[in-house]
Amino acid sequence: MTNYKKYFSFFRLQFNMELQYRVAAVSGVVTQILWGFMECLAFRAFQESDFSAYPMAFSATVSYIWLREAFLAAFTTWNADGEIFDSIMNGGIAYELCRPVSVYNMWFSKTAAGRIARAGLRCIPLLAIAFILPRPFRLMLPAGPQHFILFAITLLLGLGVTVAFCMFTYILAFFTISPQGLRMIFTSMVDFLSGAIMPLPFMPERVRKIVELLPFAGMFDVPLRIYSGDLAGADMLRGIGLQCFWLIVLVVCGKALCRAAERRIVVQGG
Amino acid sequence: MIIAERNPMFAKINSGIKLYFHYISIVLRSTMQYKASFFLMVAGRFILSFNGILGVYFMLSRFGQVKGYTFGEVLLCFSIIQMDFALAECIGGGFATFTSIIRQGEFDRILLRPHGAILQLLGSKFRIDRIGLILQAIAMFVYGIAVSPVDWTFGRGMTVILMLVGGTLLFTGFFLLRAAFTFFTIEGIEAVNILTYGAKEHGKYPLDIYGKRMMRICTYILPYTLIQYYPLQYLLGRTQRWYYGLYPFGVAGFLVICYAAWRFGMRHYQSAGS
Amino acid sequence: MITMEHVCKSYRVAKRNAGMKEACKALFRREVEVIRALSDVSFTIQDGEMVGYIGPNGAGKSSTIKILSGILTPESGSCLVDGRIPWKNRTEHVRQIGVVFGQRSQLWWDVPVIDSYELLKDIYSIPGNIYRNNLEELTELLHLQELLKMPTRQLSLGQRMRCEIAASLLHSPRILFLDEPTIGLDAVSKLAVREFILRLNQEHKTTVILTTHDMQDIEALTKRIILIGRGRVLMDGTLEDMRQLATKHGKPEEEKLEQDHMKASGERKTEQDDESLEHIVASLYRELDIV
Repeated sequence: MTNYKKYFSFFRLQFNMELQYRVAAVSGVVTQILWGFMECLAFRAFQESDFSAYPMAFSATVSYIWLREAFLAAFTTWNADGEIFDSIMNGGIAYELCRPVSVYNMWFSKTAAGRIARAGLRCIPLLAIAFILPRPFRLMLPAGPQHFILFAITLLLGLGVTVAFCMFTYILAFFTISPQGLRMIFTSMVDFLSGAIMPLPFMPERVRKIVELLPFAGMFDVPLRIYSGDLAGADMLRGIGLQCFWLIVLVVCGKALCRAAERRIVVQGG
Repeated sequence: MIIAERNPMFAKINSGIKLYFHYISIVLRSTMQYKASFFLMVAGRFILSFNGILGVYFMLSRFGQVKGYTFGEVLLCFSIIQMDFALAECIGGGFATFTSIIRQGEFDRILLRPHGAILQLLGSKFRIDRIGLILQAIAMFVYGIAVSPVDWTFGRGMTVILMLVGGTLLFTGFFLLRAAFTFFTIEGIEAVNILTYGAKEHGKYPLDIYGKRMMRICTYILPYTLIQYYPLQYLLGRTQRWYYGLYPFGVAGFLVICYAAWRFGMRHYQSAGS
Repeated sequence: MITMEHVCKSYRVAKRNAGMKEACKALFRREVEVIRALSDVSFTIQDGEMVGYIGPNGAGKSSTIKILSGILTPESGSCLVDGRIPWKNRTEHVRQIGVVFGQRSQLWWDVPVIDSYELLKDIYSIPGNIYRNNLEELTELLHLQELLKMPTRQLSLGQRMRCEIAASLLHSPRILFLDEPTIGLDAVSKLAVREFILRLNQEHKTTVILTTHDMQDIEALTKRIILIGRGRVLMDGTLEDMRQLATKHGKPEEEKLEQDHMKASGERKTEQDDESLEHIVASLYRELDIV
């Protein structure tokens, strides 16, 4: 029980910290609304250019875009926790190793906390605005109650996958001298493969089939398409199954790697 | 040198240019201290920007065209905007990162030097690492020219140059405007990014695909059509109005406004303290 | 000559309150607090003088220096430095002054020190022969010979401070502002810096204004002290004047404190003079209620 308390205190701290920067949060929301709106317009232009080639309902695309904007702070690999990186780079990690918690669990909860706090603050005004926009740019209600429940579950699973992947980028920093460039390549790859740039159905058939199997699809594509009912039936079950599978694989591998990294530090003396 | 001695105005400009290049040479030497990290960053940025191209490629191979623009035409438009932005970030890095310059008190040091703040900012914060983005934009531009059916004439060549110069100045102007806001508040300044990063991202498609209302906003409030939509029409032979190719000159007016805002901000800084 | 007359300066700072409710309120209505940094500050400093400008953190020391160096404009009052108004025609003014911020660097981090100097030569348009003479002299006095070829990031704090001071003097300024130049330095570096400042003042008649929290700096360098607190000049006189002021204000308590301190730490009275100077200042700050 006390263990959970320990992790919960990270959440509280993070949430308070985010509150400090509320003006930044407001301006971020404004930015994201404009951004999402431009994107909706672009997709509509494509739809008007060739109706038959459009791979999903337009309203599903709109929902996808607004939900992505609402939960962007939770899922983007861009804003991986800078503090953790710094502590690895400048040796502050020594402190972390002194604390009576597993490094992996602590970083995992710290990262998850930061993301939930950030997204939690931003998603409410964003969703509120998206629900009252004029059609066809309005965010629709979920396709049904069961869709909404599954959306919530897969969203959490997706967050787990995202954080588990971020852990990899932290741990990699142990093994490289200059993680900056590597991180950039990583994140840009993930952005594309997770469906942050465009929903996966817009990709060519063959590319899409491969991308859907990768862990990244579970970050954005699966939950956001379940919401609108675009992903349903057997495809949906497969998506959720893959999410669970990757979450387990990433966490297990991450923990093993983390232990190796810790040993390395102990051996090398930091 | 002889003219410089006779004319103090000329001497001032001359020493300014000399100082600017001295700054750049020192920035280069600084950067080259970390060669490995530098090249990784350049490579990272290079690869990063392929995201955008791949996105455009997938969309256009699915739909064939968007509002009549083919893949090559979009690519041309995209590469020009991308290059504008990369050049502006490279040259105007001092404005783009002004928030941290204020925060760390570096601006005080700039005010302690007997030169204009703008010159010092431009010189000391030249961002050579943006070269990755520029290279990538050039590659895309060349490919865009190869696949797009532009009927090249002297006038069209000049238009491309004007689009590049005008676009770079327009983005730099926005960075300057953002820096001017920074004098009043550091919080929430990120919202202004939609005007620059947003324009770079969404400006990859010719602006008319976003509809009439957006076109109007991007003409009269944020003058992006001056360096994108209008000259592009002339470039792609979609209009007989040759003067569309001269629209980038309009950016000069915008720059005057940005400069006035900067001056106003500077005065506020001096009277309000840091 | 530097004159400041009735200079006032205040800042407007947005209030920040903790808590969710306050946070939401602040989104709509900003409460602004006016902080008086300087109120009615006046003093005159003659050419070639060396003045210690002391006061607790937040007393208004940096505001004064920023006004004198033309970075800030005061709300009211007048200020003349060698006949110039600092914030009017800033570029002309800053050519004649040098500023060292102890907590910040003006050298380029990753290139050899000499490269930064060469850049400064262009920034201040220093004629070649003057630059060479100054560099030679500064190199000798501050023992920079070995350091010039090293990148700034490899210098120790003491080495770096010597290089910073030289950087501020390459253009032979008439006035030098030193903002905590000895902060964080080891004993040897401190002595070297002090010795240099003293020499600079004696040989070149450079006016030096020094802010510091290190009372030994004051004792070693300046005859005149200006004490500032809560934006007001509280004392302008010698070290002796300050000692008397402290006696007048609350010697008994100060002594008691000192005794307590001695008892508590069991320290020997070897560095009694400096110890007591530190205590005098501390008790003055407390007595005048300016901390």
